[in-house]
Amino acid sequence: MDPADRGQPEGAQPSRRWISLLLGSGVLASIASFLYPAIRYIIPPPLAESSSRSVVAAKVGDLKNNSGVVFKFGSEPGILVRLADGQYRAFTAVCTHLSCTVQYRADLREIWCPCHNGLYDLAGRNVSGPPPRPLQAYEVHIQGEDIVVSRSA
Amino acid sequence: MAELYHRILKWLDERFGAGAVEDFLRHKTVPLHRYTIWYYFGGMTLFLFVIQVLTGILLLLYYRPTANDAFESVQYIVTQVRFGWLIRSVHSWSANLMVFTAFVHMFSVYFLKAYRKPRELTWISGMLLLFIVLGFGFSGYLLPWNTLAFFATKVGTDMAGFVPIVGKWILVFLRGGPEVTGATLTRFFGFHVAVLPGLATLLLAMHLLLVQQLGMSVPPSVERSIAEGRAQPRSMPFFPNFLLRDIIGWYVALGTLGALAAIFPWELGTKADAFAPAPAGIHPEWYFLFMFQTLKYLPAKIGFIDSELLGLMAFGLAGLVWLVVPFLDYKAGFGRVTRFFTGLGVFALGYMVVMSALALR
Amino acid sequence: MRKTIPSLVVLLVAIASPLAAAPKNSCLTCHAELEGPQGEPAKKFPSDVHNQAGLGCADCHGGDPQDDSMTAMSPAKGFRGAPKKTAIPEFCGKCHSDSNYMRRFNPGLRTDQLSQYWTSVHGKRLRQGDAKVAACVDCHSVHDILAVTDTRAPVYPTNVATTCARCHADAAYMKGYNLPTNQPAQYAKSVHAHALAQGDTSAPTCSTCHGNHGAAPPGVSSVENVCGTCHVINQQLFEKSPHQAAFAKMGLPACVQCHSNHEIVPPTDAWVGVGSNATCIQCHAAGDKGYAAAQRIAGDLAKLETFYQRAEDVLNTAERSGMEVSTPRVELVSAHGDLIKARVEVHSFNPGEVQKFTDEGTDISQKAYQAGVVALRERDTRRKGLGVSLIFIVLAIGGLYLKIRQMESTPANRH
Repeated sequence: MDPADRGQPEGAQPSRRWISLLLGSGVLASIASFLYPAIRYIIPPPLAESSSRSVVAAKVGDLKNNSGVVFKFGSEPGILVRLADGQYRAFTAVCTHLSCTVQYRADLREIWCPCHNGLYDLAGRNVSGPPPRPLQAYEVHIQGEDIVVSRSA
Repeated sequence: MAELYHRILKWLDERFGAGAVEDFLRHKTVPLHRYTIWYYFGGMTLFLFVIQVLTGILLLLYYRPTANDAFESVQYIVTQVRFGWLIRSVHSWSANLMVFTAFVHMFSVYFLKAYRKPRELTWISGMLLLFIVLGFGFSGYLLPWNTLAFFATKVGTDMAGFVPIVGKWILVFLRGGPEVTGATLTRFFGFHVAVLPGLATLLLAMHLLLVQQLGMSVPPSVERSIAEGRAQPRSMPFFPNFLLRDIIGWYVALGTLGALAAIFPWELGTKADAFAPAPAGIHPEWYFLFMFQTLKYLPAKIGFIDSELLGLMAFGLAGLVWLVVPFLDYKAGFGRVTRFFTGLGVFALGYMVVMSALALR
Repeated sequence: MRKTIPSLVVLLVAIASPLAAAPKNSCLTCHAELEGPQGEPAKKFPSDVHNQAGLGCADCHGGDPQDDSMTAMSPAKGFRGAPKKTAIPEFCGKCHSDSNYMRRFNPGLRTDQLSQYWTSVHGKRLRQGDAKVAACVDCHSVHDILAVTDTRAPVYPTNVATTCARCHADAAYMKGYNLPTNQPAQYAKSVHAHALAQGDTSAPTCSTCHGNHGAAPPGVSSVENVCGTCHVINQQLFEKSPHQAAFAKMGLPACVQCHSNHEIVPPTDAWVGVGSNATCIQCHAAGDKGYAAAQRIAGDLAKLETFYQRAEDVLNTAERSGMEVSTPRVELVSAHGDLIKARVEVHSFNPGEVQKFTDEGTDISQKAYQAGVVALRERDTRRKGLGVSLIFIVLAIGGLYLKIRQMESTPANRH
């Protein structure tokens, strides 16, 4: 097509090799760049739970009787309470009044919101102060060494 | 290297006659004229369909089709799974590009009268494929179970309810109940990953077989100038000349997809809540906008009839006319270009563009 | 003989009565037949809580329910009839103030309502002969009295405001008492009425602040105690603040001075400071110490609010771009807590104390903001990865292009 190309059949030999090299490396490298993400995708990520419905809140033995701990549940805080008799209870730690993070008060044996002195009993019911609704309760299961807290469906 | 290649080819040829394939590839040609560019859009649509299948399979590894898990699993894919954001965004963008190239392919075939005898069946299988592609889009839109998709699906399936007599039944069939619920999601998932792919594969096989059997259509104007001796019939071998050009196009598509996915990641929105009030600005995917906008402009009732029903019937009728256009425009088979059908095409294209633009305004 | 027949009947009835489902009540039998006000009690009474406790008409009104004739209602048989309005409290109080008697029915029920009532404005006026004021039956209704725990009762928490408003919103009725009649409408706009309507039956209604049986406006000096029954921390802070003494000296009603009494709407940060909506400038003017404190507190609150909002916006953007930012998000929750605590701390009117919270919250917001920025930067590195892939794609396309050119330059391949 190109008169220049036609004019030099001898010079076509090295240029042909260059073109093959360029084409081959380009195709191979681009295919590699498509396969790399796909393979990385197939390998399951470290956090092997696809739902944010349960989380390991603490380890067995982390909590003394009559104490509580706030843990991260998805992008919200949750609260795990160990009652005086050793039972575990878990609730959302987001106060139903103005969304402050609640905490466990061992002296009152109640869940307490420091912002406006709201109190919830150990069933999550709002018993005093401004909170208008109970705290949403979660399920607690012990799996081996883990205390697993899950949202009920 | 060449030696090995020939040995493999020989081995295969002895088993099922691979030579015939090679022969076929060698003899298949693509006509060359000033409209040749439009031949690329069919292949482009096919390529994007393959991308959809591949990324779709990857998404299936982590996606969970229940009302409780769907949103969370997509969220997990885009935030936790490495390159999950890329796979999902490519799937979404490629779906949209595929609808676009399918429409371009369809209109180019229409305006170049490629549907004329003997290619009526190719046209019909292609139109059915286009409807299936729209079905893919509609069912796939709901799968992330976000607010916008939830309400768009509600509105979209409501439309089906306006069909006389069987409307209620269709609505219940689509939704898996009287309302859009988790049952709808399960159904749409089934349509999206089993029913539609099955149908699409069958039709695609038929479509491609017909294309190979009949060869590429040459537009009537080009045919005429050849017949009148004003032009020489020119062509280019399909393999490798045309295919290599095809591959360039596919690479461009891949680069575009990657760039779109990285620069404009597909948003997930918020999880669907059936009891939340409908958000402002519910709209379907862009390729349904022209219908959506038309229904918006219609008054509540025209005469005694609900305007939704009327609009739906009008679009149904238009779709049907479009589907059987090779039989209506049978004169094109004798190389006679009828102004009316070209005008109809211009009107349809113009209507869709203007209505979509008005909806996006 | 004539006398023996009725006595036989009485005898038969006496034998049969333990077998009958309910004791004989001739009051209901006759009054149910009557039209108008005299028939009404009999029609209403079956739903009355007293009926359910096994009490009958005669337990309040006296008389003899065994007697089928008019003599049942003779003073000789202890008949007291309907009490005059001014006698109603003592009429009910006869039983309700008797702890020994009440214990038989509901040991948990209080028996101090009557003595409380006489301390209320209603009670005092009734004593003076004003029959327009509320006595027991005006709030509790009569003959169809429901327990306070019954959601239909006029004294159930969600119904109290409507019950009080029956008189207190009626300008014609309240004429002469020199009281406003817009409190029920004002209350309806309050955050308390809203909470009550949302189903929080512990949210305050009229009687929560004014008392029920001893209803009276709380005095200026007791306002902070009344509000403090729920808003404990706010009360404690206020009492330690310089405003406590100053307000008392000036006779200002503590909380109400800024928050109003009935129309207690959700407060905003604009109430603090020296802006046009600020409550501080009611008393403080440029140049005094309080004015400067108000300015400083408002500035700190606004600063935290701004930083918090900025962090949240960045995290939202990052999340929408598919970045995992749940950890900074959880941390940002405590910045929100600090904002709330700072708003409570405003009641100490001490800029230093407020600043402790706003500084902490601002710090946390800053860190969350930084985490969001890092996440967005991470998003940008994805684009670099894309760039590499694009280079390969361009190489391949270039190769393909040259290959086609080279291929088609040989005549055999020419089309």
